[in-house]
Amino acid sequence: MVEGEFEPLIVAFCCNWCSYAGADLAGTSRFEYPTNIRIIRVMCTGRMDPTFVLETLRVGADGIIIAGCHPGDCHYQKGNYMMEKRFDYIKKAVKSIGIEPERVKLEWISASEGAKFAALVREMTEQIKRLGPSPFRLMHNPK
Amino acid sequence: MSEEPRIGVFICHCGINIGGVVNVPEVTEYAKTLPHVAYAEHNLYTCSEAGLAAIKKAIKEYNLNRVVVASCTPRTHEPLFRAACKEADLNPYLFEMANIREQCSWVHIHEPEKATEKAKDIVRMATAKSALLEPQTEPEVEVKDVSLVIGAGIAGITAALSMANQGFKVYLIEKEKEPGGITQKLYKLYPTLADSSEVVDPLIEAVKSHKNIELITSTTLKEVSGYVGNFNVILTGPDGDREINVGTVIVASGASNYTPPKGLYQYGVYDHVITQRELDEMLRKGEIAEPERIVMIQCVGARKGEIRPSELEAFPKSDTAELLRKILKARKEEGWPYCSRICCMNAIKNAILVKEKSPKTDVVILFGDLRVYKEYEDFYRKARDLEVRFVRQIEEVPPEITQTPEGKLQVMAHDALSGLEVNFLADWVVLSTPLIPNKDEVLLARALKIPISTDGFLMEAHLKLRPVDTNVDGAFIAGTVSGPKDVSESIISGEAAAARASILMGNRKVKTEAITAVVDEDLCIGCGLCEEICPYGAPKIENGKSKIREILCRGCGSCAAECPRRAITMRHFGDHQILAQVNALLIPESLKEVES
Repeated sequence: MVEGEFEPLIVAFCCNWCSYAGADLAGTSRFEYPTNIRIIRVMCTGRMDPTFVLETLRVGADGIIIAGCHPGDCHYQKGNYMMEKRFDYIKKAVKSIGIEPERVKLEWISASEGAKFAALVREMTEQIKRLGPSPFRLMHNPK
Repeated sequence: MSEEPRIGVFICHCGINIGGVVNVPEVTEYAKTLPHVAYAEHNLYTCSEAGLAAIKKAIKEYNLNRVVVASCTPRTHEPLFRAACKEADLNPYLFEMANIREQCSWVHIHEPEKATEKAKDIVRMATAKSALLEPQTEPEVEVKDVSLVIGAGIAGITAALSMANQGFKVYLIEKEKEPGGITQKLYKLYPTLADSSEVVDPLIEAVKSHKNIELITSTTLKEVSGYVGNFNVILTGPDGDREINVGTVIVASGASNYTPPKGLYQYGVYDHVITQRELDEMLRKGEIAEPERIVMIQCVGARKGEIRPSELEAFPKSDTAELLRKILKARKEEGWPYCSRICCMNAIKNAILVKEKSPKTDVVILFGDLRVYKEYEDFYRKARDLEVRFVRQIEEVPPEITQTPEGKLQVMAHDALSGLEVNFLADWVVLSTPLIPNKDEVLLARALKIPISTDGFLMEAHLKLRPVDTNVDGAFIAGTVSGPKDVSESIISGEAAAARASILMGNRKVKTEAITAVVDEDLCIGCGLCEEICPYGAPKIENGKSKIREILCRGCGSCAAECPRRAITMRHFGDHQILAQVNALLIPESLKEVES
């Protein structure tokens, strides 16, 4: 970590069909956003096992974005709804391990919403900066 | 894993697209330090012929068993690099991509140092996943060269004839006693004003006499099981149930005409307020004599209201039939949000027919927007030449209809151009209503697992790029079942669906998804949750254990995430493969530990 300003590390799980494509479009459109994000591609947000979120926090991510297709747009019909249904208890679980639930965000980003993706990353980076480093990150990297 | 991973990393400059921001040589040197990386190089364009040749050469020379390309998005270039791997005898699923252009250099143009660090992270994550990749194969299934066409309207008939003429056996089922659909019931067709029967009758004859077509009327679909290439279908008709086996299915079950609710523009209240379909029928029978004036109102029950978010939310949560019932109920009162596409031309056609028969009759068309695309503009001009009057309305002030003591209809309308109220005394008021989804298609959608849109029509796989495919492999849509179309458009979509189905049947086999779910039977307790949630019906509990029928699985991974016993693994997107990326990012030292 650079001394001075805290630079968070945010992991984004993006579904292949909408949000990953939305992130690509942000690139094609040259919408700049902070470098704090690392994207992991999953085929569908329906794939998002709640333990992925907990595990990602455990190893020190400061924030997590889960991004999928808008309601009704899921490539697999209803994976995003399955994700949405899980999200409440994911937040509860996150809270129960002592992490602010605001560190985890679920968003719907379509393949045409490059600007929305860029805005989301900016917003999330700001939010995590306000929250400061995750307690688990400090455990791994005490400096 | 039997073989120690030997990863080759190829980092692309993409001209200056990546190289202008990210320090590519530095990332390449970094990649060489990563566990399991046996070779790394950078290329000006990895996707160029030279770049691909370099990959193939390195696979042989350095005995690589994994390849990572750090360049653009896998959504466009993964197939190309996978093909290169395959040419070098490396299973294409042992390839992984690191997206350092769309998701790095292009979005961090002004932060080259940070972008370079990020690119290193992305490459490290990709190599970590790569080390855990396993070869996969795309299962191949036989395709039966028999097709089922549901609905013998103009689209279904066209599709059936097209496939039958190519030598495929076709079952053509129709719920009515006779084939022909809505087209058969029409009087004349725009813009030629040909009798509808002139178009449809020869096609019906052709269908009836074709040796490859079995026309089965008064029959509907009851059940479908199976998958692309091998659908098992149960039909039900007057003589009971019948089972057939087909390789492809084309759904051409059509749409319905919207009937306005009683009281909308006094429909159902005054006898002389009718729909265009009813006028069509009267014209056919010669029942319209020489009225003084006919007033037509466009967009009745169409282009109204927005799609409400509550409906969208209801979509995957409730089952399809339930959803459609809700949509139909709400729309019956509120009208439909879309433009039905055919109503402008239909009104103009009927106006011309009235004028040609009775030139003295004043025909007034009240419209909001007039949509006469392609050569149909000439048809509109013809109506103008015949002195059909077009009066623009605004949505906020719809026409009002009352009855005079003499029994005539008084239409009070707002002329948007002059801003004045205009009154018409009319003998007939004719409402132009949209084509709407019909309930029967939902049963089909449910049986075949084709999703429906929030408008209630069957949904195409991609609105623009795959207009006659559906999300279900081997099932296609033709005609108005996917939205309003006129006769020529229905014919086009019938031909298109037949062509798509024929590709499968002509090849006799098809490759399906390699990224599918696998059950660990030792862990599975047969709870059936996977069976319940899968939108494709892939898992099935047999003898207390879940079995995933690969051919049906599309690889979304919902079952793997939901399985309470963690007994389901996704090929290529396994828990360990996803978490390897997380760990590589956040605790890079863990990579070294694995190696030691």
